[in-house]
Amino acid sequence: MALYSSIVLYIALFFGLYYQIFLLVTFFEKEEEKKAPKNTYEPSVTIIVPCFNEAKTVAKTVQSLLKLNYPKEKLFITIVDDGSSDTTYEEARKMSHLGNITVLQQKNSGKYVALNKGIELSQSEIVGCLDADSTVHPDTLRKMLPYFSRDRVVAVTPAMKVHNPETILQKIQNAEYNIGIFLKKIMGKLDAIHVTPGPFSLFKKTIFDEIGYFRHAHNTEDMEIAFRIQHHHYKIANCPQGFVYTITPPTLKKLYKQRVRWTYGFLKNAMDYRHMFFNKKYGNIGTLTLPFAIISVVTAFLVIGNSIYNFSSSVVENIEEYMVAGVTFGWPSFDIFFLNTSSVTLLTFTMLCSSLSIILLAWKMVEGKARITKDIFYFILLYGFIAPLWLAKASWNAVTSKAVSWR
Amino acid sequence: MEINKKKYILVFLITAGIFAVAFIVSNYINNKRYEVIKTTADKISIDILSLETQFELFQESSCASLTNPVLSDEINALADRLSYAENQRGINDDDVITLKKYYSLLEIKDYLVMKKVDKRCDVNPISILYFYTNDEGCDDCAKQGYVLTKLRNDHPLLRIYSFDYDLDLNAIKTLTAINKIPKDQLPALVIDGKTYTKFQSIEDIRKIVPELSATSTASTTKIQK
Repeated sequence: MALYSSIVLYIALFFGLYYQIFLLVTFFEKEEEKKAPKNTYEPSVTIIVPCFNEAKTVAKTVQSLLKLNYPKEKLFITIVDDGSSDTTYEEARKMSHLGNITVLQQKNSGKYVALNKGIELSQSEIVGCLDADSTVHPDTLRKMLPYFSRDRVVAVTPAMKVHNPETILQKIQNAEYNIGIFLKKIMGKLDAIHVTPGPFSLFKKTIFDEIGYFRHAHNTEDMEIAFRIQHHHYKIANCPQGFVYTITPPTLKKLYKQRVRWTYGFLKNAMDYRHMFFNKKYGNIGTLTLPFAIISVVTAFLVIGNSIYNFSSSVVENIEEYMVAGVTFGWPSFDIFFLNTSSVTLLTFTMLCSSLSIILLAWKMVEGKARITKDIFYFILLYGFIAPLWLAKASWNAVTSKAVSWR
Repeated sequence: MEINKKKYILVFLITAGIFAVAFIVSNYINNKRYEVIKTTADKISIDILSLETQFELFQESSCASLTNPVLSDEINALADRLSYAENQRGINDDDVITLKKYYSLLEIKDYLVMKKVDKRCDVNPISILYFYTNDEGCDDCAKQGYVLTKLRNDHPLLRIYSFDYDLDLNAIKTLTAINKIPKDQLPALVIDGKTYTKFQSIEDIRKIVPELSATSTASTTKIQK
């Protein structure tokens, strides 16, 4: 048994390290053909803002769109109220005179239906969406559009940042989102992006006519559409300079709910598109992104299981010792002889160093300076304890096919 | 949608290289550890030989001139390092088994020499022989180890000699035969020539050795099992 668990642990470490090295090699690789796109492309753009009970934030979201540095006659905003029970619709209507704003209302049918309604009505060359809990930087649209000039690019994703992180949980998410910006840039280089997030992803309108509109997709329509685009051999680019600010869940309960939905959605969509796994036909998304995302979930369980087992064994041992020998006082002595230098420890240490390099590179890229901040500290210290909560629940739901709700 | 096969292979080679380096470095440090344990054991062996020689010379000298260079701390430190090596390399590792045999012989030597010293000089050391097994069936062996560790921490002059019952060493077999210790009665203690089988609590041992009732504190080193 011990032999099997050692082998499994080594395999997990190998894949983990392989993935991190792959990311670092790709990051430092020179981009040959993908030079920075030119800034002259000015198509008509429709941004759809689907809302459900977002009376408090919808005005701010729309205001940020109105401030976009883009010709007003080419920018259209469609607000779709998905049957809110609060005053979202009234709030949206108040802004309808401010620009090319259309306000629609539908019976509560889900975000994907709201998005499809907006796409259907749009006459623009480019359509995008912006969740009503997010705001966009004035230059983001201009920075993102030129990426459409690249060969077979039909969607562009932005760099998502946390809006005003206040609680420890939001600071942890801030670190996570900054790392996400770095990873998305690398995945963009590899044409291996598997999600076009709700906050300000842009699409060529024609792609919906060709591959179909948004689907329910286990409540993760933004993931499924990315899988479908990749399935049709089109490309999704990433614009690491195009910032979008999103309000993140401030409490563990809300974060848990959001992440269970994301993870469950990923697992179910991955199952739906399982033919892409290890399939060279689909490029790096088939051989790298999807397999390693699944491996990382499995690895997380192994590492967590192993840690829980070791921790409980140690607790049981200590209780047993206390029961028979009472409390032993005395300072622990340090002897270099007892420094753990097993190959597993050395490899784990190497992986931690590699993770830290990725975090610092991400910080340098996003914040301009590579340094350990409070957010990174909280992230390193606590993320490993909270992520298993939703990983376990989402995996359980995926295995038992128990659907998760949006809210 | 092309994949860069060369990059996949290059990254594989880098990862495999890191694994190879980790294994080599870990193995190198483990070998160094073995050397450290061996050197410590050699030093203790010389110390015991020195004590024995002193003891022979003692015939013509006084008890006051007889010093005891084999400090229990030194043997305890060796026991801790050996226990660590056993955890790292496994109980079936040949080097670990050889070192354990060496350590057990040193313990027996120290025990016998101290008995001789006691007879002549009446130093009256408190010694406990402790027999354990690493077999999973002996849950109480771990508990007995905690009790003895606690007692030794409270009484630095207490000499505890621990022996792995399953170690293929004739000297241990002789000891267990002399003290009539069957394997199914482990853990077992021998105190003042008398054998006590099965788990003995701190209170039980204090009743057997009343001198251990008074407490004092010292360093914390663990006793095997």
